[in-house]
Amino acid sequence: MLRDITIGQYYPEKSVIHSLDPRVKLAGALIFIVSVFLFENIIGFLVMTAFLAMCIKLSKVPFKYMVKGLKAILVILILTAVLNLLWSPGETLVQFSFIRITKQGVYNSLYMVIRLSYLVIGTSIMTLTTTPTRLTDGMEKGLHFLNRCKVPVHEIAMMMSIALRFIPILMEETDKIMKAQMARGADFESGNIFQKAKNMIPLLVPLFVAAWRRASDLAMAMEARCYHGGEGRTKMKPLKYQQMDKKAYGVLFFYLLVMIVLKVIL
Amino acid sequence: MSLILNEVNYYYGKGTNLVSHAVKDVTLTIEDGEFIGIIGHTGSGKSTLIQHMNGLLKPTSGGVYYNGRDVHDGSFKLKELRSHVGIVFQYPEYQLFEATVFDDVCFGPKNQGLKDNEAGLVAFEALRDMHIPPEMYYQSPFELSGGQKRLVAIAGVLAMKPDMLILDEPTAGLDPRGRKEILNLLSRLNREKHITVVLVSHSMEDVAEYVNRLIVMDKGSIAFDATPKEVFAHYKELETMGLAAPKVTYFMHQLKEKGWQVDTSAITVEEAKKSILAAIRR
Repeated sequence: MLRDITIGQYYPEKSVIHSLDPRVKLAGALIFIVSVFLFENIIGFLVMTAFLAMCIKLSKVPFKYMVKGLKAILVILILTAVLNLLWSPGETLVQFSFIRITKQGVYNSLYMVIRLSYLVIGTSIMTLTTTPTRLTDGMEKGLHFLNRCKVPVHEIAMMMSIALRFIPILMEETDKIMKAQMARGADFESGNIFQKAKNMIPLLVPLFVAAWRRASDLAMAMEARCYHGGEGRTKMKPLKYQQMDKKAYGVLFFYLLVMIVLKVIL
Repeated sequence: MSLILNEVNYYYGKGTNLVSHAVKDVTLTIEDGEFIGIIGHTGSGKSTLIQHMNGLLKPTSGGVYYNGRDVHDGSFKLKELRSHVGIVFQYPEYQLFEATVFDDVCFGPKNQGLKDNEAGLVAFEALRDMHIPPEMYYQSPFELSGGQKRLVAIAGVLAMKPDMLILDEPTAGLDPRGRKEILNLLSRLNREKHITVVLVSHSMEDVAEYVNRLIVMDKGSIAFDATPKEVFAHYKELETMGLAAPKVTYFMHQLKEKGWQVDTSAITVEEAKKSILAAIRR
């Protein structure tokens, strides 16, 4: 259940994608997201799938591991599919009393499901191959220019890295509390949706208390080490672009170009 | 009434590149009324092992048998097993969630299907057994001190009337008085209510004083399974596993080297005292 969420988790491995500069991967994820919403036809979809498959192959992360991330949004996927299927205008395909399925509806729901799944898989590639620290380092450096318009880039990056860092910790904590309550006879699986929600109380209350405690401990530890934000802070491992990163940018822009061209000519 | 683990193996993260073999070929029989200690270095598989004992983890290979029945054969209700075998996890105070101490202790019995008044009765008994003063029963568990919270959490498991109580480092992070209190209460439960107690611990002194059988885990397998005296006689081997004998045993060995006729198998302060006094009189 909760343990299946792989979004934000890191999968250690030695691959080309893993060794890329986090800024490249961030840009890549952004370009991919844009392209996901650009395509409207089968060719764009094929190009996108090929690109995604290439990234997965290069990252050496098992495909199974990425699909696991989809389980978490399964409900959203099903809901999107059903809503699009039932409430789309256009040429009627099938009709049972008040339910009317249109050709447009079938396309819409199919595309939406693909879009959402690709969105999750695409961003999973980024998080699975980049440690949270490097990811936020990349974000901080990549968005540094925003500092001039008084955007607290460092603080936002710090908040993000803490949030990402806490996902596996809270997950572990959930697992522990769940087991402790199961040892006391708690049941998290059976019952209808209301009973299930009620059964979650013994899990959620301690989890919330734990999250609160951890947050305040962390704040205290940061203050004890005189943390005062990003000003004048230097890095132990400053980010520098390598030859590989430049090539990767090339590939990315080529991909974006192909998607735009396809969008224009088709 | 016995719990048997037969050639249990457990792997974490199977199917990824982060596989770890946490429990290796563990075969173990726990009889009624025993007071067992499990010691081992951090990451030696103690916590993973105990989670097999009430079916929270299913062994990757091997079997777990309660009263001669395979607990994973499908017909055995795991919920039922969990009322017989109670586990108190590390830092159990983090599992408290109800508005009052009393309600929290009632959670387990109610899950067993007891009515409110019946659950209340067993909760009272458990709270009394854990020496919780009655004025605390209707306080919020979050207002109590760390040691009291822990006693309440243990009472929460005890209220389910288990035949066997497994505790994962119940004394971690407590002061000496709190430690002693919890250990004495457990020892009483073992003696008077004949509850089998399995104590996972890092403290050699604690296990030396309380348990009558000691299991040493090393890298996922059982290294020793004997009485504390027998186990601590191998103190040189224990050291290679990142463990040690009680301090008093080392002291006795040093006395012996200095020419005193003392018993080097002494593992508690009390035994050491007797042996030293006897040596002085001689």
